[in-house]
Amino acid sequence: MIALSDFLVLGAILFSLSVAGIFLNRKNVIILLMCIELMLLAVNMNFIAFSHFLGNTVGQVFVFFILTVAAAEAAIGLAILVVLFRNRHTINVQDLDTLKG
Amino acid sequence: MSFEKFLFYVFASILVLSATMVITRRNPVQSALFLVLAFFNSAGLWLLMEAEFLAIILVLVYVGAVMVLFLFVVLMLDINIAEMRAGFIRHLPVGLLVATVMVVQMVLVVGSGSFGLEQFPAPIPQPADYSNTEELGSLLYTTYMYPFEIAAAILLVAIIAAIGLTLRRRPDSKYQNPSRQVSVRRADRVRIVKMDAEKKMGSK
Repeated sequence: MIALSDFLVLGAILFSLSVAGIFLNRKNVIILLMCIELMLLAVNMNFIAFSHFLGNTVGQVFVFFILTVAAAEAAIGLAILVVLFRNRHTINVQDLDTLKG
Repeated sequence: MSFEKFLFYVFASILVLSATMVITRRNPVQSALFLVLAFFNSAGLWLLMEAEFLAIILVLVYVGAVMVLFLFVVLMLDINIAEMRAGFIRHLPVGLLVATVMVVQMVLVVGSGSFGLEQFPAPIPQPADYSNTEELGSLLYTTYMYPFEIAAAILLVAIIAAIGLTLRRRPDSKYQNPSRQVSVRRADRVRIVKMDAEKKMGSK
Protein backbone atom coordinates (compact mmCIF):
# COMPACT_ATOMS: atom_id res chain seq x y z
CA MET A 1 0.00 0.00 0.00
CA ILE A 2 1.04 3.62 -0.49
CA ALA A 3 2.19 5.18 2.77
CA LEU A 4 1.59 8.74 3.91
CA SER A 5 5.35 9.37 3.80
CA ASP A 6 5.40 8.66 0.03
CA PHE A 7 3.06 11.58 -0.63
CA LEU A 8 4.88 13.81 1.84
CA VAL A 9 8.27 13.09 0.23
CA LEU A 10 6.77 13.81 -3.19
CA GLY A 11 5.46 17.12 -1.88
CA ALA A 12 8.89 17.93 -0.44
CA ILE A 13 10.62 17.18 -3.76
CA LEU A 14 8.10 19.31 -5.65
CA PHE A 15 8.51 22.22 -3.23
CA SER A 16 12.31 22.09 -3.40
CA LEU A 17 12.22 21.97 -7.20
CA SER A 18 10.16 25.15 -7.28
CA VAL A 19 12.54 26.84 -4.81
CA ALA A 20 15.42 25.89 -7.12
CA GLY A 21 13.39 27.28 -10.02
CA ILE A 22 13.11 30.64 -8.25
CA PHE A 23 16.89 30.65 -7.82
CA LEU A 24 17.56 29.72 -11.44
CA ASN A 25 15.05 31.96 -13.21
CA ARG A 26 15.29 35.05 -11.10
CA LYS A 27 15.09 37.34 -14.13
CA ASN A 28 11.90 36.02 -15.66
CA VAL A 29 8.78 37.04 -13.74
CA ILE A 30 6.54 34.63 -15.65
CA ILE A 31 8.59 31.58 -14.63
CA LEU A 32 8.69 32.92 -11.07
CA LEU A 33 4.87 32.98 -11.04
CA MET A 34 4.82 29.41 -12.39
CA CYS A 35 7.19 28.32 -9.62
CA ILE A 36 4.82 29.82 -7.05
CA GLU A 37 1.99 27.79 -8.59
CA LEU A 38 4.14 24.65 -8.27
CA MET A 39 4.81 25.45 -4.60
CA LEU A 40 1.10 25.79 -3.91
CA LEU A 41 0.57 22.47 -5.67
CA ALA A 42 3.11 20.80 -3.35
CA VAL A 43 1.39 22.27 -0.29
CA ASN A 44 -2.01 21.12 -1.55
CA MET A 45 -0.58 17.63 -2.04
CA ASN A 46 0.39 17.51 1.65
CA PHE A 47 -3.03 18.79 2.74
CA ILE A 48 -4.88 16.16 0.73
CA ALA A 49 -2.53 13.36 1.86
CA PHE A 50 -3.12 14.20 5.52
CA SER A 51 -6.85 14.57 4.90
CA HIS A 52 -6.93 11.11 3.34
CA PHE A 53 -4.86 9.34 5.98
CA LEU A 54 -6.48 11.03 8.99
CA GLY A 55 -9.99 10.55 7.60
CA ASN A 56 -10.80 14.24 7.97
CA THR A 57 -12.34 16.20 5.09
CA VAL A 58 -11.39 19.61 6.50
CA GLY A 59 -8.00 19.37 4.77
CA GLN A 60 -9.79 19.28 1.42
CA VAL A 61 -11.82 22.37 2.37
CA PHE A 62 -8.54 24.16 3.01
CA VAL A 63 -7.20 23.08 -0.39
CA PHE A 64 -10.36 24.52 -1.93
CA PHE A 65 -9.61 27.92 -0.37
CA ILE A 66 -5.95 27.74 -1.42
CA LEU A 67 -7.04 27.10 -5.01
CA THR A 68 -9.36 30.13 -4.86
CA VAL A 69 -6.67 32.45 -3.54
CA ALA A 70 -4.09 31.08 -6.00
CA ALA A 71 -6.40 31.72 -8.94
CA ALA A 72 -6.95 35.32 -7.76
CA GLU A 73 -3.23 35.78 -7.24
CA ALA A 74 -2.38 34.49 -10.71
CA ALA A 75 -4.98 36.75 -12.35
CA ILE A 76 -3.81 39.91 -10.56
CA GLY A 77 -0.12 39.01 -11.00
CA LEU A 78 -0.51 38.56 -14.73
CA ALA A 79 -2.51 41.79 -14.98
CA ILE A 80 0.30 43.65 -13.20
CA LEU A 81 2.77 41.99 -15.57
CA VAL A 82 0.84 43.19 -18.63
CA VAL A 83 0.68 46.77 -17.29
CA LEU A 84 4.39 46.59 -16.45
CA PHE A 85 5.28 45.46 -19.95
CA ARG A 86 3.08 48.15 -21.48
CA ASN A 87 4.84 50.89 -19.51
CA ARG A 88 8.46 49.68 -19.41
CA HIS A 89 8.64 47.36 -22.48
CA THR A 90 10.49 44.78 -20.39
CA ILE A 91 9.70 42.30 -17.64
CA ASN A 92 13.32 41.73 -16.70
CA VAL A 93 13.51 41.97 -12.91
CA GLN A 94 16.89 43.70 -13.12
CA ASP A 95 15.46 46.61 -15.12
CA LEU A 96 12.70 47.34 -12.63
CA ASP A 97 14.70 49.69 -10.42
CA THR A 98 12.87 53.02 -10.69
CA LEU A 99 12.22 53.03 -6.94
CA LYS A 100 16.00 53.04 -6.37
CA GLY A 101 15.52 50.69 -3.45
CA MET B 1 3.77 -4.28 -6.19
CA SER B 2 0.08 -3.51 -6.20
CA PHE B 3 -1.62 -1.66 -9.03
CA GLU B 4 -2.13 1.42 -6.85
CA LYS B 5 1.55 1.57 -6.02
CA PHE B 6 2.40 1.25 -9.72
CA LEU B 7 0.01 4.11 -10.55
CA PHE B 8 1.51 6.23 -7.78
CA TYR B 9 5.03 5.80 -9.12
CA VAL B 10 4.00 6.51 -12.72
CA PHE B 11 2.18 9.73 -11.77
CA ALA B 12 4.87 10.81 -9.30
CA SER B 13 7.78 10.30 -11.70
CA ILE B 14 6.06 12.18 -14.53
CA LEU B 15 5.13 14.93 -12.06
CA VAL B 16 8.73 15.39 -10.86
CA LEU B 17 10.07 15.23 -14.43
CA SER B 18 7.64 17.85 -15.71
CA ALA B 19 8.35 20.09 -12.70
CA THR B 20 12.05 19.87 -13.58
CA MET B 21 11.23 20.78 -17.17
CA VAL B 22 9.20 23.81 -15.98
CA ILE B 23 12.20 25.33 -14.25
CA THR B 24 14.82 24.44 -16.87
CA ARG B 25 13.15 25.06 -20.24
CA ARG B 26 14.44 27.98 -22.27
CA ASN B 27 11.08 28.92 -23.72
CA PRO B 28 8.33 30.13 -21.32
CA VAL B 29 5.66 28.58 -23.57
CA GLN B 30 7.21 25.14 -23.08
CA SER B 31 7.43 25.80 -19.34
CA ALA B 32 3.73 26.59 -19.21
CA LEU B 33 2.86 23.44 -21.16
CA PHE B 34 4.96 21.29 -18.83
CA LEU B 35 3.19 22.92 -15.89
CA VAL B 36 -0.08 21.77 -17.45
CA LEU B 37 1.34 18.22 -17.55
CA ALA B 38 2.33 18.54 -13.88
CA PHE B 39 -1.21 19.62 -12.96
CA PHE B 40 -2.71 16.67 -14.83
CA ASN B 41 -0.46 14.21 -13.02
CA SER B 42 -1.17 15.66 -9.60
CA ALA B 43 -4.88 15.46 -10.39
CA GLY B 44 -4.28 11.74 -10.95
CA LEU B 45 -2.52 11.48 -7.60
CA TRP B 46 -5.38 13.29 -5.88
CA LEU B 47 -7.79 10.78 -7.42
CA LEU B 48 -5.68 8.03 -5.82
CA MET B 49 -6.27 9.77 -2.48
CA GLU B 50 -10.05 9.83 -3.08
CA ALA B 51 -10.22 13.61 -3.46
CA GLU B 52 -12.24 13.42 -6.66
CA PHE B 53 -13.85 16.85 -6.49
CA LEU B 54 -10.57 18.68 -6.01
CA ALA B 55 -8.89 16.65 -8.76
CA ILE B 56 -11.56 17.71 -11.24
CA ILE B 57 -11.40 21.30 -9.96
CA LEU B 58 -7.64 21.27 -10.48
CA VAL B 59 -8.05 20.25 -14.11
CA LEU B 60 -10.98 22.59 -14.80
CA VAL B 61 -9.80 25.71 -12.98
CA TYR B 62 -6.05 25.37 -13.20
CA VAL B 63 -5.53 23.81 -16.60
CA GLY B 64 -8.66 25.33 -18.09
CA ALA B 65 -8.44 28.88 -16.77
CA VAL B 66 -5.21 29.80 -15.00
CA MET B 67 -2.79 28.08 -17.36
CA VAL B 68 -4.63 29.39 -20.42
CA LEU B 69 -4.26 32.87 -18.90
CA PHE B 70 -0.54 32.20 -18.41
CA LEU B 71 -0.12 31.04 -22.00
CA PHE B 72 -2.09 34.04 -23.24
CA VAL B 73 0.14 36.48 -21.39
CA VAL B 74 3.34 34.64 -22.41
CA LEU B 75 2.32 34.77 -26.05
CA MET B 76 1.16 38.39 -25.85
CA LEU B 77 4.38 39.77 -24.34
CA ASP B 78 7.37 40.05 -26.61
CA ILE B 79 10.11 38.67 -24.37
CA ASN B 80 13.78 38.48 -25.18
CA ILE B 81 14.46 34.89 -24.15
CA ALA B 82 18.27 35.00 -24.46
CA GLU B 83 18.50 37.98 -22.14
CA MET B 84 16.25 36.24 -19.64
CA ARG B 85 18.54 33.24 -19.54
CA ALA B 86 21.61 35.20 -18.49
CA GLY B 87 22.76 34.05 -15.05
CA PHE B 88 21.08 30.64 -15.31
CA ILE B 89 24.40 28.77 -15.22
CA ARG B 90 25.79 31.11 -12.58
CA HIS B 91 22.88 30.46 -10.22
CA LEU B 92 22.74 26.73 -10.98
CA PRO B 93 25.11 25.52 -8.20
CA VAL B 94 23.51 27.55 -5.43
CA GLY B 95 20.00 26.61 -6.59
CA LEU B 96 20.87 22.93 -6.69
CA LEU B 97 22.55 23.16 -3.28
CA VAL B 98 19.54 24.82 -1.64
CA ALA B 99 17.12 22.36 -3.26
CA THR B 100 19.17 19.34 -2.20
CA VAL B 101 19.53 20.54 1.37
CA MET B 102 15.79 21.23 1.57
CA VAL B 103 14.88 17.80 0.17
CA VAL B 104 17.23 16.00 2.56
CA GLN B 105 15.95 17.93 5.56
CA MET B 106 12.30 17.45 4.72
CA VAL B 107 12.74 13.75 3.92
CA LEU B 108 14.43 13.30 7.29
CA VAL B 109 11.36 14.83 8.94
CA VAL B 110 8.52 13.35 6.87
CA GLY B 111 10.21 10.11 5.82
CA SER B 112 8.83 6.63 6.48
CA GLY B 113 10.34 6.62 9.98
CA SER B 114 7.71 8.93 11.43
CA PHE B 115 4.92 8.91 8.80
CA GLY B 116 5.14 5.33 7.59
CA LEU B 117 2.41 2.70 7.42
CA GLU B 118 2.96 1.73 11.07
CA GLN B 119 2.16 5.21 12.37
CA PHE B 120 -0.52 6.02 9.77
CA PRO B 121 -2.12 2.82 8.45
CA ALA B 122 -3.76 3.08 5.05
CA PRO B 123 -7.43 4.04 5.50
CA ILE B 124 -10.23 1.72 4.45
CA PRO B 125 -11.37 2.62 0.91
CA GLN B 126 -14.71 4.41 0.77
CA PRO B 127 -17.73 2.46 -0.56
CA ALA B 128 -18.79 2.95 -4.17
CA ASP B 129 -21.81 5.12 -3.28
CA TYR B 130 -19.68 7.56 -1.26
CA SER B 131 -19.75 11.05 -2.75
CA ASN B 132 -16.71 13.20 -2.07
CA THR B 133 -18.46 16.23 -3.55
CA GLU B 134 -21.43 15.81 -1.20
CA GLU B 135 -19.15 15.48 1.82
CA LEU B 136 -17.18 18.59 0.84
CA GLY B 137 -20.33 20.55 0.06
CA SER B 138 -21.95 19.71 3.38
CA LEU B 139 -18.85 21.05 5.15
CA LEU B 140 -18.49 24.13 2.93
CA TYR B 141 -22.11 25.24 3.19
CA THR B 142 -22.45 24.74 6.95
CA THR B 143 -19.31 25.01 9.05
CA TYR B 144 -17.27 26.98 6.53
CA MET B 145 -20.05 29.23 5.23
CA TYR B 146 -18.38 32.54 6.10
CA PRO B 147 -14.93 31.57 4.72
CA PHE B 148 -16.74 30.42 1.57
CA GLU B 149 -18.39 33.83 1.18
CA ILE B 150 -15.07 35.56 1.81
CA ALA B 151 -13.57 33.41 -0.98
CA ALA B 152 -16.31 34.66 -3.28
CA ALA B 153 -15.47 38.25 -2.30
CA ILE B 154 -11.78 37.59 -3.01
CA LEU B 155 -12.64 36.35 -6.48
CA LEU B 156 -14.76 39.47 -7.08
CA VAL B 157 -11.86 41.65 -5.95
CA ALA B 158 -9.55 39.75 -8.32
CA ILE B 159 -11.93 40.33 -11.25
CA ILE B 160 -12.25 44.06 -10.53
CA ALA B 161 -8.51 44.45 -9.94
CA ALA B 162 -7.53 42.63 -13.14
CA ILE B 163 -9.96 44.66 -15.23
CA GLY B 164 -9.07 47.91 -13.50
CA LEU B 165 -5.36 47.35 -14.00
CA THR B 166 -5.46 46.50 -17.67
CA LEU B 167 -8.26 48.87 -18.78
CA ARG B 168 -6.98 51.91 -20.65
CA ARG B 169 -8.55 54.78 -22.51
CA ARG B 170 -6.89 55.47 -25.81
CA PRO B 171 -6.95 59.22 -26.51
CA ASP B 172 -7.55 58.71 -30.24
CA SER B 173 -10.38 56.20 -29.97
CA LYS B 174 -13.96 57.25 -30.80
CA TYR B 175 -16.85 55.99 -28.75
CA GLN B 176 -20.48 56.92 -28.15
CA ASN B 177 -21.76 58.53 -25.00
CA PRO B 178 -25.18 56.89 -24.38
CA SER B 179 -26.35 59.33 -21.71
CA ARG B 180 -25.80 62.31 -23.99
CA GLN B 181 -27.46 60.42 -26.84
CA VAL B 182 -30.55 59.74 -24.74
CA SER B 183 -30.84 63.22 -23.26
CA VAL B 184 -30.73 65.01 -26.60
CA ARG B 185 -33.78 67.13 -27.53
CA ARG B 186 -35.34 67.96 -30.83
CA ALA B 187 -34.22 71.59 -30.60
CA ASP B 188 -30.57 70.49 -30.43
CA ARG B 189 -30.75 68.64 -33.71
CA VAL B 190 -33.41 70.21 -35.98
CA ARG B 191 -33.81 73.86 -36.99
CA ILE B 192 -37.09 74.70 -38.71
CA VAL B 193 -36.81 77.50 -41.26
CA LYS B 194 -39.88 79.37 -42.54
CA MET B 195 -39.58 80.32 -46.18
CA ASP B 196 -41.72 80.83 -49.26
CA ALA B 197 -42.08 78.04 -51.79
CA GLU B 198 -39.58 78.31 -54.63
CA LYS B 199 -40.78 78.90 -58.16
CA LYS B 200 -39.38 77.17 -61.21
CA MET B 201 -37.12 79.37 -63.28
CA GLY B 202 -38.85 78.95 -66.67
CA SER B 203 -42.51 78.92 -65.59
CA LYS B 204 -44.80 81.96 -65.53
